[in-house]
Amino acid sequence: MEQVIQLEKVNKWFDDFHVLKDIDLTVTKGQKIVVCGPSGSGKSTMIRCINRLEAHQKGHIIVHGTELTNDLKNIDLIRKNVGMVFQQFNLFPHLSVLDNISLAPIWVKKMPKKEAEEIAMSYLEKVKIPEQAKKFPGQLSGGQQQRVAIARSLAMNPDIMLFDEPTSALDPEMIKEVLDVMIQLAEEGMTMLVVTHEMGFAKTVADQMIFMDDGRIVEQAKPDDFFNNPQSDRTKLFLSQILNH
Amino acid sequence: MSIVTQNFSRNKYFNWAVKNLFSSWVNTIMTIIAVIFVYEIGSFFLNWSIFSADFKTNFEGEIITDRTLCSKNIVPGEYGACWAIIYARWDQFMYGLYPVEETWRVNLTYALLPFAIIGILFDKLPFRKLFIYFTFIFPFIAYFLLYGGPGLSTVGTNKWGGLLVTLFLGVTGIGLAFPLSILLALGRRSKMPIIKSLCVVFIEFIRGVPLITLLFTANVMLPLFLPDGVNPDNLLRALVAVTLFQSAYMAEAIRGGLQAIPKGHIEAAEALGLTYWQTTRKIILPQALKIAIPPIVNTCIGLFKDTSLVLIIGLFDLLGIGRAALADMTWTKLYYEVYVFISLVFFIFCFGMSRYSLYLEKKLKTDNS
Ligand SMILES: Nc1ncnc2c1ncn2[C@@H]1O[C@H](COP(=O)(O)OP(=O)(O)OP(=O)(O)O)[C@@H](O)[C@H]1O
Ligand SMILES: [Mg+2]
Repeated sequence: MEQVIQLEKVNKWFDDFHVLKDIDLTVTKGQKIVVCGPSGSGKSTMIRCINRLEAHQKGHIIVHGTELTNDLKNIDLIRKNVGMVFQQFNLFPHLSVLDNISLAPIWVKKMPKKEAEEIAMSYLEKVKIPEQAKKFPGQLSGGQQQRVAIARSLAMNPDIMLFDEPTSALDPEMIKEVLDVMIQLAEEGMTMLVVTHEMGFAKTVADQMIFMDDGRIVEQAKPDDFFNNPQSDRTKLFLSQILNH
Repeated sequence: MSIVTQNFSRNKYFNWAVKNLFSSWVNTIMTIIAVIFVYEIGSFFLNWSIFSADFKTNFEGEIITDRTLCSKNIVPGEYGACWAIIYARWDQFMYGLYPVEETWRVNLTYALLPFAIIGILFDKLPFRKLFIYFTFIFPFIAYFLLYGGPGLSTVGTNKWGGLLVTLFLGVTGIGLAFPLSILLALGRRSKMPIIKSLCVVFIEFIRGVPLITLLFTANVMLPLFLPDGVNPDNLLRALVAVTLFQSAYMAEAIRGGLQAIPKGHIEAAEALGLTYWQTTRKIILPQALKIAIPPIVNTCIGLFKDTSLVLIIGLFDLLGIGRAALADMTWTKLYYEVYVFISLVFFIFCFGMSRYSLYLEKKLKTDNS
């Protein structure tokens, strides 16, 4: 199995606050990993380190054989292959939906505008809102915005997608439309690392579950074992809280 | 039908007045005092400036060529303003000592100026791209027209004066300060400590010093920094001071806009692989500047008025020309006329900017909802 992401003994501090403690993680091509854990446990920080939105201080992060260091060239290289979807969508409000999606292909990949817009349209069709192309983000519902954000990431043709709680800012009735897009993506073989508390989604899609607490990976298991036979007490407690919720 | 609506609207005004102006005894008294006050001042001013004023001729129909011919100096106490001084000095107020046969060049520049600005002001303007191109060519056209070049005789800046100097300093100062202030504002938020501290020190230093001091400093010190033989003229020195001054204030206005951009937008752009400058140009600045325009316009209004300080380093801007006119024995003592006229000119420009700023604020509100 080809390893696409490797984290080796990764440590990170915010000033003197130790957020990530000896994180070891390997992601192989096509794998879907779901990360969960209590608030403040370091889930976001971990996946943000993978595309260098945060810098780690100790250990190694290797993506596609390229190690993340302060070398800007490596960072650019990795960001081109790693897409990210945020909890708050983070669409650019002054650009139309189409421009949001075609921006990076035009400026980062130096693609001709027409071609970039065609690609943008094809991804909008994929997330099932081609009719919204000319609108501005402020005119869309949350679920539609998040689907645009996914299309925007996909338009760069990444082979790894990171999701940081993509549905937790959404009203319940919109969660499904976003999860459906993610499930479709998973079925197409995308490598995905997803922070989420949508356990239904996790059971359908995940190959591996990861439970984080207090900056550590406490438990890592196949979904079956993870849900039915969790090893650590903290996982049990967390699962009982989240499943009874 | 129309009577009904008229009645209705009359009622509406009546109700509004009752509610807002006469709701209580105190309110009613205040309203009456205010009305009397406004009426007294307004009628006095209108009378003074228009109804009993001299324009070109006095009450006997003579053309006024010096102050002794003003009606108010012939029959004391009966007549108002004597605007003849403005007529007599009109060319100086507009052009300074610019050669009379060349003033068409200034007029042409004045006439082109709106076309250079309009593209920046209105984002939905038809053919906006063309106007913006013109904005960038305009400085060269203006330089050629005003200063001279192939085919046009040179008119040294020591001959420039009046509104020409005021507008030159205001418009050029703002135009040059704009890009500089963007860099300063970005620099102040930079992660690179040296760039950041340079920008902070620059901005805080300039903001901590009165413009007059900067003008004196530029006037005296600029030649020291430049190689021997390069001796920029007074106007250029003033322009440097004005530009630096304005850029510091504008930078702070822009920084306010930058701070309003959610960090997530920048992270999303980074995650897509955009470089710092691409992110800045495509994501941050378009949003930040839009938010910052009203405060930017406020600093512009301030600067425009402050340009009148250049008279203390020997430049004849609008105010300087006015004071020169008053120093002339033929016209001396017509203070009110001169200062009212100068105020009016400044007011027209500043009021225009202020209205524009209000228009933008309204537009921003509707754009965002
Ligand atoms: N920029 C920062 N500076 C300082 N501390 C931070 C910063 N970002 C996060 N932290 C802290 O690091 C810890 C981990 O944060 P992180 O966002 O990774 O948690 P999380 O597991 O994603 O939580 P949540 O479920 O609430 O999103 C938290 O205690 C948080 O307060
Ligand atoms: Mg988080």
